[in-house]
Amino acid sequence: MAIRQLSVFVENKPGALVDIVAALAQAKIDIRAMSVADTNDFGILRLIVSDVEATKEVLSAGYLYNVTDVVAVEMKDESGALSGILNVLGAAQINLEYMYAFTAPTAHGAYVVLRVADNEAAQEALTAAGFVLLSDNDAKVF
Amino acid sequence: MSKYYQQDIETASREEILAIQNEKIAKQVKRVYENVPYYRDLMDKKGVKPEDIHSVEDIQKLPFLTKSDLREAYPYGLLGCDLKDCVRIQSTSGTTGKRVVAFYTQSDVDLWEECCARAIVAAGGSNEDVCQVCYGYGLFTGGPGLNGGSHKVGCLTLPMSSGNTERQIQFMMDLGSTIICCTPSYAAYIGETLAAMGYKPEDNKLKAGIFGAEPWTEEMRQSIQKSLGIKAYDIYGLTEISGPGVAFECEAQTGMHINEDHFYAEVINPETGEVLPEGEKGELVFTCLDKVGFPMLRYRTRDICVLTREKCSCGRTHVKMTKPMGRSDDMLIIRGVNVFPSQIETVLLNEGYTPNYQILVDRVNNSDTLDINVELAPEQFTDKIRDIQAREKALEGAMRSMLGIGPKIHLLAPGSVVRSEGKAVRVIDKRKLHD
Repeated sequence: MAIRQLSVFVENKPGALVDIVAALAQAKIDIRAMSVADTNDFGILRLIVSDVEATKEVLSAGYLYNVTDVVAVEMKDESGALSGILNVLGAAQINLEYMYAFTAPTAHGAYVVLRVADNEAAQEALTAAGFVLLSDNDAKVF
Repeated sequence: MSKYYQQDIETASREEILAIQNEKIAKQVKRVYENVPYYRDLMDKKGVKPEDIHSVEDIQKLPFLTKSDLREAYPYGLLGCDLKDCVRIQSTSGTTGKRVVAFYTQSDVDLWEECCARAIVAAGGSNEDVCQVCYGYGLFTGGPGLNGGSHKVGCLTLPMSSGNTERQIQFMMDLGSTIICCTPSYAAYIGETLAAMGYKPEDNKLKAGIFGAEPWTEEMRQSIQKSLGIKAYDIYGLTEISGPGVAFECEAQTGMHINEDHFYAEVINPETGEVLPEGEKGELVFTCLDKVGFPMLRYRTRDICVLTREKCSCGRTHVKMTKPMGRSDDMLIIRGVNVFPSQIETVLLNEGYTPNYQILVDRVNNSDTLDINVELAPEQFTDKIRDIQAREKALEGAMRSMLGIGPKIHLLAPGSVVRSEGKAVRVIDKRKLHD
């Protein structure tokens, strides 16, 4: 089970990020999780949102973006939880491109978003190890 | 519908053209010597008299005129007749220094517009066409020249002038424009806007575009032809000589026919001033054979090109010039290396980028820097920094092998590079601010 992530190109200039975030706020879109990767020239804002289709509509008005499947894993909010997940990936020889984590007011409380070379292999390995994966629907409600 | 606007002259034999040129040049030099003291002084200094000029072969005895002569003689010093006989002034855009004003009698305007009419007919135009002119109108020669030519051909003329792209597109769609005249960068922008509005190339009725007034590349031609679904023709001209239409492209799209019955062309070695044989690359020099108001003799254009008299498949016999390989004004010297913006554009289009770019030159710690802002297309974007940085590196490598020096590439979001409605501002050279 995968979840859709939106990535947005952000120029490295004052106000660039707030433009995007304000546009999402206007459309009443909740940002569930985010990370910004940056270089000298530009950044990439990665988002997990409450409504992917509505976000695409907002971003279509002049932003450079794409949608990729990522794996979001539920984990216990306690020490060692993340290393348990990464161990599974390492054992399955799955290369990690990048990751970011967030917490949400649910039973377990913590989640990690993983961008891997092979989504299916990662999902399989994590499910087999007993981890619970999130879907777009989960992002709508939690 | 004819293939030619003035078939007799456009397809005349070499001998006939020479006869016309020879007849005109003797009269023209005599008239200039009598009416233009500035040029008379130059001729006297060189020891040339009007009686020495019998044929176009004698033109090389005459002194050159340069842009600095025009500045020095501003405004009336090179006027060729009484002001009361002039009916029009046009002026250069002044991008390379002081403005130049050129004077036109009614016959000068007529011959200029006829040259533009030849260009429109060569692009397939007739009185059944709707010709949308979105060059600027006013002092700039682009709008008035093509407007006049379009009238002479009998096209339904839309004198749009530049700018207001939405209105341009509305008129184009509602009135079914079949020919568009503008700068190539604006044509590219219109194509991009049409696509953004959801139109496909076949949705418009355009069949041809006549594009000039700024340097553009063959790759840009291909990209405009695709985005607008047209055949794109080059047109060449300069205010000093008349305006657009000094030379124009035919269906062969392999160079521009110079209107030799009005403008005599030479190619010279820009260092020595020596006239070069056909086929050699050098600076283009024009002599107006019959213009009265502003009769330039041996005017150095600073455009570098090659002339060829190879037989053209279109049937026109007039000499062809290649697209200028760069104007000496456009050439940037960066860390001692000559760089033409057209080379940068060629690399961008070859590598799959849009023709929207800006070149920034600066000097940091006494060393020149070259930065190029380039727009990323949506399909080139990914969520991985690594992929985008790899793109920047690949483009830097392609630039380095073309230019001989490595630029810093900055990839930007689409629409970040400011669009131009007239001549695009491609180069910002900040070094001039420091000097």
